[in-house]
Amino acid sequence: MKLTLKVWRQKSKDHKGSFENHQVEADDHMSFLEMMDVLNERLISNKAEPVAFSHDCREGICGTCNMVINGKPHGPSKGTTVCQLHMREFKDGDVIVIEPWRAAAFPVIKDLVVDRSSFDRIIQAGGYISVNTGQAQDANAIPIEKDTAAQAMDAATCIGCGACVAACPNASAMLFTSAKVNHLALLPQGQVESSRRVRAMVKQMDEEGFGACSNTGACEVECPKEISITNIAAMNRMYMGAVIGAQDQV
Amino acid sequence: MINLDPKVPEGNLGDKWTNYRGTMNLVAPNNKRRIDIIVVGTGLAGASAAATLGELGYNVKAFTFHDSPRRAHSIAAQGGINAAKNYQNDGDSIYRLFYDTIKGGDYRSREANVHRLAEVSVNIIDQAVAQGVPFAREYGGLLANRSFGGVQVSRTFYAKGQTGQQLLLGAYSALSRQISLGNVTMYNRHEMIDLVKVDGKARGIIARNSLNGELTKHSAHCVVLATGGYGNVFYLSTNAMGCNVTAAWRAVHKGALMANPCYTQIHPTCIPQFGSYQSKLTLMSESLRNDGRVWVPNKVEDAEAIRKGTKTALDIPEEDRDYYLERRYPAFGNLVPRDVASRAAKVACDEGKGVVGTGLAVFLDFESAIHRYGKSEAHSKGIHNPGKEAIRKLGEEVVAAKYGNLFDMYLKITGENPYKMPMKIYPAVHYTMGGLWVDYNLETNVPGLFALGECNFSDHGSNRLGASALMQGLADGYFVIPYTIGQFLSKEIRTPKIQDDTAEFDTAVKESQARIDRIMNIKGNQSVESFHRRLGAIVWEYCGMSRSEAGLKKGRQMIRDLRKEFYADVFVPGTSAEFNPELEKALRVADFLELGEVLMLDALDRNESCGGHFREEYASPEGEAARNDKDYTYVAAWEWDENEPKVHKENLVFENVELKTRSYK
Repeated sequence: MKLTLKVWRQKSKDHKGSFENHQVEADDHMSFLEMMDVLNERLISNKAEPVAFSHDCREGICGTCNMVINGKPHGPSKGTTVCQLHMREFKDGDVIVIEPWRAAAFPVIKDLVVDRSSFDRIIQAGGYISVNTGQAQDANAIPIEKDTAAQAMDAATCIGCGACVAACPNASAMLFTSAKVNHLALLPQGQVESSRRVRAMVKQMDEEGFGACSNTGACEVECPKEISITNIAAMNRMYMGAVIGAQDQV
Repeated sequence: MINLDPKVPEGNLGDKWTNYRGTMNLVAPNNKRRIDIIVVGTGLAGASAAATLGELGYNVKAFTFHDSPRRAHSIAAQGGINAAKNYQNDGDSIYRLFYDTIKGGDYRSREANVHRLAEVSVNIIDQAVAQGVPFAREYGGLLANRSFGGVQVSRTFYAKGQTGQQLLLGAYSALSRQISLGNVTMYNRHEMIDLVKVDGKARGIIARNSLNGELTKHSAHCVVLATGGYGNVFYLSTNAMGCNVTAAWRAVHKGALMANPCYTQIHPTCIPQFGSYQSKLTLMSESLRNDGRVWVPNKVEDAEAIRKGTKTALDIPEEDRDYYLERRYPAFGNLVPRDVASRAAKVACDEGKGVVGTGLAVFLDFESAIHRYGKSEAHSKGIHNPGKEAIRKLGEEVVAAKYGNLFDMYLKITGENPYKMPMKIYPAVHYTMGGLWVDYNLETNVPGLFALGECNFSDHGSNRLGASALMQGLADGYFVIPYTIGQFLSKEIRTPKIQDDTAEFDTAVKESQARIDRIMNIKGNQSVESFHRRLGAIVWEYCGMSRSEAGLKKGRQMIRDLRKEFYADVFVPGTSAEFNPELEKALRVADFLELGEVLMLDALDRNESCGGHFREEYASPEGEAARNDKDYTYVAAWEWDENEPKVHKENLVFENVELKTRSYK
């Protein structure tokens, strides 16, 4: 199939960016990123600058890849990262618009590559259970209901890609933050410090410049791991309780 | 010849680690605060080591080339992590895990290291659960287990098909906590491109800041490498695109030795290759072999029809299917170790029974499992005389609960529904058992340089068992290095802060810059990617699933020629003083072009077949690997030399295990 790509090119965060048009020949079995590889190989053979894009595992789990394709973070397929998107989802003659995540808290580094270190700082603020190596008791000492463990697992599958932020009109990081808050709060091991955790992580999220949540639900729709928006509701409830009852500052 | 002293402690196998730990040198808390440690890599081994060393009070500087420590490729491990908990009461024990691992590795690993691994395995599960890793559980709320290849007990803990992700996020959370406490300084997007030695000891690294190309100097009292394996020397592998050997290979240039590089693991169940543009191969977890049955058509004409598309798997009646693993290995069936399963798939495809256009794939079929689970679910739900469709539906639900994410991944990549049609799979490069030579302390032959996880060679011999990589990475990081590093550092408590404004660091920066300039200035006509693809094709052809003397000699020469061509004709766009992913790739491929040659040499030197290393000249009449214990019970550790790399040897001593022909029949 022959495709027209409109790709965002931007030299750095301080430069202005613009779209660049390219024609590409692709086949059904290719992944989207392999189609980008083909484009880049051609650019390189013409001694031109290849398009910089983030990618690593190419199996949908590392959370590195990030492209907004035709207005949708990670493209048209539900529950799919860009690297798992295959060209059979497109047809001959399609025009494909490719942009980076757009959010103030994710500045562009080059072309489609953005800086997501704000997510790391949210986790550093409290996205952990305070246990040192060697302090643990036997793993079976605390039984955890199968369904509760499964719910925690569902929240924990977040890959930290940032599609939720890219999808949100407010560039809010509520889905990302709440997924971690809930994953840990659902487990007895994590409940102990859950009040402190939710306050610290929300505070950091706000400081990073992410927007507020206005319940559009776009994050849930675009999340490649289909993390549920109910995590946000649960976090809001937990946050209210934590702030009201708080005796200390985080 | 370098004397490779493994420094294995005295005493009975089961007491070595306990006694050693109880008597080894310690560093007092007030001294720990004055000692700097560099940890390179933030996968399971690196993140767990950096976090634990930070908790102990050392000043840790951690480095990753990724944008975040959470991206390391440990994240992609699917199936699970082994531990000798014996929660299933099925006869498991520390000794059995030790023995399975030694046997699985075809008697080419170090006894004492493997036993220690089995001992600390139980602590890992405790630690992970305490961190909030949501392992699968039973209705009673206790942890669930499943089986993996090469063992007859259920000792594998798992979190759906995302166990690596959950364990890495656990280690990442521990690391994040230490970063927030100021005990670990994190350097994202910094790639180690040289090791700095001062007076023979590892005292720092040169890292390239990928955002602006700046070469930065970092000094410390010692350096810990946890930079993963080198599977991408094959270009196509299940590794992430960024996985590389550069940090380890730069250490080799500074005198460290690369041990058993030819021990590479070809994983039997991966999605087959489709096109020449393909950039990577995707693993389908070994856990699938708990329930999936591997087969090919009995008749070559049926296989041909499937390849042409005139028949599908469903058209082949039961009696015309060859469940070749169950037939050849009745004791272990579909759960034979990876090397055995991979070779058997190759044999089937070589006989013309492959089931995709390229002829390179076999079926992995879940029909029996769906039927079995469906019936059992119907029974437990009190449904009497359920119809075929009802059984199917219930069965598919059980399979989805166990392997749903893997089935989805398969569907996305291939466009075929594995609930209805058997998966098509083929072996692919997955893991490298070889790595930097280390002693019992995980210290390389360069004093003060340590290697953990897949980056070292020590625990898996010539074949790694499934669900043991996660175990080893975390064992090394959480429970081994925090102790053994003290053996080195206790002698360094009077060493003041290592300065980085010295001749050693300046020279290292200059040499690194010269290496970069050399590559940038070639300005040839071929892309880095094209060289990498060609290298991969050579290594796969001559040093892949089966190897021969003639092929290895030819392969070595081809790599030498390719390396020459690379330095004459590679083209890297842009400049070195900016964000330049092509340059990063070029530096990595340059190192792979050297490592590839050593792989060939190592395979050539080892005139036997063992585990993942299969030399056509050395096979039993049934086609199984034939070891030569008399001449090859050693670790081959390679010293790099542009013209003639040199091998050093550590003899493996087996005091507890009798060397036997490995049988899974």
